[in-house]
Amino acid sequence: MKTFGGPVLFLDRSDINTDEIIPAKYLTEITKEDLKPYILEDLKLPGFDPNGPQTRNARVIVTRANFGCGSSREHAPWVFEVNGITAVIGESFARIFRQNMFNCGMAAIELPANDLDAIFSHANDEDASMNIDIEAGTLTMSGGGKQRIFNFEISPFDKALVLAGGWVDYADLKY
Amino acid sequence: MAKTTAEKIFDAHLVNEPFPGTKVLRLDAVLCHEITTPIAIDDLIRRGKDRVFDPTKIKAVIDHVTPSKDTKTATQAKILRDWARRHDIKDFFDIGANGVCHALFPERGFIRPGYTVIMGDSHTCTHGAFGAFAAGIGTTDLEVGILKGVCAFRQPKTIKFNVNGTLPKGVYAKDVILHIIGKIGVNGATDRVMEFHGSTIADMTMESRMTLCNMAIEAGGTSGICQPDMTTVNYLWQFISGDFASKEAALADYSQWCADADAEYDKIIEIDVTTLEPTITFGYKPDQVKTVSELAGTPLDQVYIGSCTNGRLEDLRIAAQILKGHKLASNVRGILSPATPAIFKDASKEGLIDIFMEAGFCVTNPTCGACLGMSNGVLAEGEICASTTNRNFMGRMGKGGMVHLMSPATAAASAIEGMIADPRKYL
Repeated sequence: MKTFGGPVLFLDRSDINTDEIIPAKYLTEITKEDLKPYILEDLKLPGFDPNGPQTRNARVIVTRANFGCGSSREHAPWVFEVNGITAVIGESFARIFRQNMFNCGMAAIELPANDLDAIFSHANDEDASMNIDIEAGTLTMSGGGKQRIFNFEISPFDKALVLAGGWVDYADLKY
Repeated sequence: MAKTTAEKIFDAHLVNEPFPGTKVLRLDAVLCHEITTPIAIDDLIRRGKDRVFDPTKIKAVIDHVTPSKDTKTATQAKILRDWARRHDIKDFFDIGANGVCHALFPERGFIRPGYTVIMGDSHTCTHGAFGAFAAGIGTTDLEVGILKGVCAFRQPKTIKFNVNGTLPKGVYAKDVILHIIGKIGVNGATDRVMEFHGSTIADMTMESRMTLCNMAIEAGGTSGICQPDMTTVNYLWQFISGDFASKEAALADYSQWCADADAEYDKIIEIDVTTLEPTITFGYKPDQVKTVSELAGTPLDQVYIGSCTNGRLEDLRIAAQILKGHKLASNVRGILSPATPAIFKDASKEGLIDIFMEAGFCVTNPTCGACLGMSNGVLAEGEICASTTNRNFMGRMGKGGMVHLMSPATAAASAIEGMIADPRKYL
């Protein structure tokens, strides 16, 4: 099982799409590792720098609604994975992106808007960090000397995929 | 119990329900292209599982970048080509026979009512036009589909769209779906099937139904689905005439997949098309739509006609009807990509290709091309394209470029005027 948690990258916008996460012109790369430099290259947000330390050190992304909409490209979860980001927290996800995350043994976790507001209040904390316990269904947000625990639910199937490390091994065993 | 079309297909294909709410389905068709499949193939080789569940149910095409433009894309094509040969996948389409997957595979009769279909491509929802459950999935789901012939889904809820009325002049399936996406939003159908009913859909050709279902994903929908009817049977007849005694018998069989009248829906949305106008996107999300009257005069640099949304013969006929006897405005470049070789040949026979070329269009081989800025037709920074494609995300057709999505008719009128223009005055 992958590890979940660490420094947080805040992306405060809904409908961030797969072309913004990894532009189509990089889909010709044959290995996942080759995608690494291009993370979020076309995302335009105030104060956001795809090459800045907040992006490059992040282990978790916190965002808003309908994250990962658009293409089916699994290159979106992969570009996160090769950059060390294994969890995305948002109000909602596009179906294919969400399933791709779990299929890779990573986590796409939905929280209500008011919980996300509370987490976004840490957006300017330099030490903003999150610890995620998949088994317990809790995430602990800390930063600026404060700490708060949130509960989340993921489906039993998605949890099984995270614990199994992904869908291929799981499916090969069961089907 | 009364069921929607998706519920009927799910029940008929259920392998098991490993956890509450998750259903593993048996697959009738696993479709592959050269962008999302090679990594699945590499991973299967790495795991020592370089096998396919059934080579007759796997269809593969090189379509996104073709002919290959560089070593990387040539390598992707080669991985797919070698794999298809190695596993005796007969339905593999290479240069000379290749075209845009969601136009090519239906044209070959590979999609039938009641089928479960997956592909590592978000616009797989197109195939729901045949009364199938067709979903875009990622490379891992594709890999499992190739290996095991199954895919896991949450049982989706269904939104029923009752689309009624005769389409006004200059208004087409593309305008209808853009209007619907504008109404429900880019995540209005997330984890939902969009089931289309009503007189407008009944009057539509299969091509138009494919245009409609193609953009279900732009509202977050898992699949678009139309109800199989005699139009479906007529389209498929050349492939199925050996399986049924008559068209009526085929229709009777396919009707088993039609939703029950008293099926339960997540929502029912009524759409009256009689007041619709040509509809166009204006921002960077497909739900940002306006009518042509509101956007007329917007300057353009390029006009693109093609793609899995609107690169079929019907689309080319509509655009050519408007372009005939006209020239592209001097400020715009025009690109036409017929979606498949058969469409290209038919368009040529009908004289449509001549009309495009005389107007000043560049005609490319069948490919996904400009739609996602992967091969040809890429925009420069600050350029604007009127496009019959399906996605207007920032940078989609090239970094810093902008795309206005519209019907082939509106694109053709806009090509003549060099700015967004109303097609109705040319009809």
